[in-house]
Amino acid sequence: MASRSIPSLVLRRLLQAVPALAGIIVVTFVLTRALPGDPAILFAGPTADEQTIAQVRKNLGLDQPLPVQFALYVKSLAHGDLGRSISTGQGVGEELIRRIPASLELTLVALFLSVSIAVPLGVMAATRPNSWVDHLCRVTVSSGVSLPPFFTGLAFIALFYVYLGWAPAPMGRLNMLYSTPPHVTGLYVLDAIFAGDPKTAKAALFQLLLPASTLALFTAAPIARMTRGAMLQILQSDFVRTARAAGLARRTVLWTYAFRNAMLPVITTFGMVFSFTLGANVLVEKVFSWPGLGSFAVDALVSSDYAAVQGFVLAMAVIFGLLNLVIDIVYTLVEPRLRIDA
Amino acid sequence: MSLLAAEPKHAQADPPRLKLPKPEPTKSEGRRHPAFGLAYIILADPLNVVAFALLAVILLMALIGPYVVPYDPLHSSALEALQPPSAKHWFGTDDLGRDVFSRVVVAARLDLLMSVSAVALSFAAGSLIGTLAGYYGGWFDRISGRLIDTIMAFPLFVLAMGIVSAAGNTVANVVYATAIINLPFYARLVRAEVLVRREAGFVQAARLCGNPDWRILAFHIFPNALPPLMIQASLNMGWSIMNAAGLSFIGLGVQPPTAEWGILVAQGANFIVSGEWWVALFPGAVLMLAIFTFNLLGDVLRDLVDPLRRV
Repeated sequence: MASRSIPSLVLRRLLQAVPALAGIIVVTFVLTRALPGDPAILFAGPTADEQTIAQVRKNLGLDQPLPVQFALYVKSLAHGDLGRSISTGQGVGEELIRRIPASLELTLVALFLSVSIAVPLGVMAATRPNSWVDHLCRVTVSSGVSLPPFFTGLAFIALFYVYLGWAPAPMGRLNMLYSTPPHVTGLYVLDAIFAGDPKTAKAALFQLLLPASTLALFTAAPIARMTRGAMLQILQSDFVRTARAAGLARRTVLWTYAFRNAMLPVITTFGMVFSFTLGANVLVEKVFSWPGLGSFAVDALVSSDYAAVQGFVLAMAVIFGLLNLVIDIVYTLVEPRLRIDA
Repeated sequence: MSLLAAEPKHAQADPPRLKLPKPEPTKSEGRRHPAFGLAYIILADPLNVVAFALLAVILLMALIGPYVVPYDPLHSSALEALQPPSAKHWFGTDDLGRDVFSRVVVAARLDLLMSVSAVALSFAAGSLIGTLAGYYGGWFDRISGRLIDTIMAFPLFVLAMGIVSAAGNTVANVVYATAIINLPFYARLVRAEVLVRREAGFVQAARLCGNPDWRILAFHIFPNALPPLMIQASLNMGWSIMNAAGLSFIGLGVQPPTAEWGILVAQGANFIVSGEWWVALFPGAVLMLAIFTFNLLGDVLRDLVDPLRRV
């Protein structure tokens, strides 16, 4: 058995991402070009005559054969050019990059919330089967996957903003009373803390709470389910029984022996969790008028700005791919067995 | 239970952790009619009874809803705009004075139709692709595998958005998009089930008897994949409803004034902040109940077919 070093494993994983990236680019190319509906007519606008359309077609390179078009597409992607939005005339790429911090802040807080609720819940449910914690876990899991995030978000607004008045107005990232903190990371809460402005930080955090909880509720279900299942399985395994029989402290058995091993399958489900999160992001951002990537795509849809939508799809796929890469690298670091060549 | 005999992977599975109540299944269970098992599992948990009752209500809504609703779902009346729930309008009225209850009931048919067709499409296509890939392997397996990996490389809801916006904003395209994003789960499942049985004794026997490949696949191997497929399909129903409603919510697919749960919630969303919660929350709650019902049914079905996978 030859052992492998971590860098070589990471490198190998990076190489595996290449075909996935190629696939993503081909699919988005097909979605932008080859499907019914002439993009030239779309770009030229509804009032354009034949000549304008022909001109636009030439400008966009749409009169070239498909392989040439694909090469042009890849070339412009390599320059970071995701095309132009018809409605604003702005580059889609720049607009998306400007909006990434908003989505990132929302997603990170939501993931933090859902992991910090779901993992302990799953562990407690597994250690006390059929207790009230277990039932709570089951209810959370089955209701969590059944709640459409746009419905939960609206219900939260109705309850916490309209009736109880606890939450701030669901209108974007920061109440207009506060000025945007100076840009450092783009995450308002962090930026405000860096700028030494606790009031703004608090306001930004409060603004985040409802949308992040909405998203967290949706993603907590698969994490809790997986944690519970993995813990149950591990707790029944021979090495845990041996550890118990050897008289190790309950805490040592639970956390050092069982939990660390149970986390491995949980980490692998994070791919699915991220897929859920990024999809639900779109809906949550729309509900809370959150100025992130998702609401950009929804606005683009409303104005039939399909090039912008495809730019968004590509960006999301790349983000998703990067997240999966991070998961796999973390997994490699956590799982020592992978370093042994079987 | 006889279905389990054909499942080799259960041989190494952990001991079952059944949560069924005390009365132990008798030894003659294997020879009983499957309906006994179904009744047993349904009655084991009151929640399951609720799930079947809800399913009956949803199916009734879809089948006879349009004929029994108290008001025309498209009939607007400015005098009755945004009325709160009352004895006359159970779920209140929307901004055009349309009866929300009638609209929610009528929407069931379209929502169910969209998700059932999406599930059926991905079930059929996924089974075909998975069977061929698992049985023959080779280039077809590699290409289809690559294709499926590519679908999975996208966040699924986002891919559905991209497909509908590229292919055209119609209900049919929402169905196709939902079917495409569900396809990988079916194809992978069937491929795995076929692969483990490709060289099984009963398959070799069938081959020796002179059965052609298609016959072996259709009548000997594929039926073994049906139990897990059915579970997948019913769990998938809830997710498909949510997906289709989500797409409508952001303005893809169904167009107003057609009644559809996602659109109804989207229309009501404008009135949440001004306090008219009923326009959005009633359709949303019914949508949630529908998804919950199908998820619960999937769990029931899984317990029935495969008690070892209960976690």
